[in-house]
Amino acid sequence: MSSAHDITRAVNPPRAVYLDYPHGRTVGRPNEQELNREIVLHGLSAFHQLTEPGSMTHLPYHWSDTDDWKDRVMRPAPREDGASGEMEDDRVDRHPDPQYQLPSDAEAAAATHTGQDCLVCAGIDF
Amino acid sequence: MTSAKRQGPVRYIDRTREQYAGLGYEPYGWAHIEEPPPWTPVTKPLSESKIGVVATGGIYAEGHTAFNYKDDITYRAISSDADASDLRATHFAYDLTDAREDINCVFPIDALRQLEADGVIGGRADNFYTCMGGIYSQRRVRETLAPLFVERCLADEVDLVLLVPV
Repeated sequence: MSSAHDITRAVNPPRAVYLDYPHGRTVGRPNEQELNREIVLHGLSAFHQLTEPGSMTHLPYHWSDTDDWKDRVMRPAPREDGASGEMEDDRVDRHPDPQYQLPSDAEAAAATHTGQDCLVCAGIDF
Repeated sequence: MTSAKRQGPVRYIDRTREQYAGLGYEPYGWAHIEEPPPWTPVTKPLSESKIGVVATGGIYAEGHTAFNYKDDITYRAISSDADASDLRATHFAYDLTDAREDINCVFPIDALRQLEADGVIGGRADNFYTCMGGIYSQRRVRETLAPLFVERCLADEVDLVLLVPV
């Protein structure tokens, strides 16, 4: 599956299915089970339908009525002072420690791993 | 009424280059693979095929150690019977809003269960695999992480693997 056409094209996988949605929605929208199922089925069907190595098919879905959202992708927000000039670095910091979605997740992970090796969290020294 | 003009796909490679240039960094070296991809013709019907998943959206289950954001080349094995509400997403490079509302946006566990129940696919691997994905070292992915996924998928005897990036 893909929601980044140029990146997928660059790595040249055997088969690819492209969905023209923003990142983070590679197989659909939240709480739309039927759409999710359709998109996944398109992806699975491509194993048989795409017979030329490196083929990529485009799915017939649009994120919204317009493509205006694309103008804002990886574009920094205007500076509050209205000045032009240096781009502000609005990227997320690359933290070296586990980044939990919920505080309770950290507690659950500690409880799982206390005193034992976890075969699931492969490659981690815990 | 005229329909809104559609743009082509977002050119992420160009925008990343512009972003890095705007921040004063050297351009990121994207992977460009020119040679033809490895190819295995698929002949087994989908209804007889066992499906595996490798997803790179930083998905983990409650009780797992979460991913870090500094070239984390570890992976997680998530039961394909897991309840979606027990799954989490953590990543530095995409908007997590929708994935945290419904993990199926980036990890189609419910859809695959339903497709199996409906007989559309032959079965699912016992575990689906996830990683952080935001790994800047292509060498470490190629030499360490990807072979681990291959090893697990072969051991699971899946017929097809759905790769779900973000």
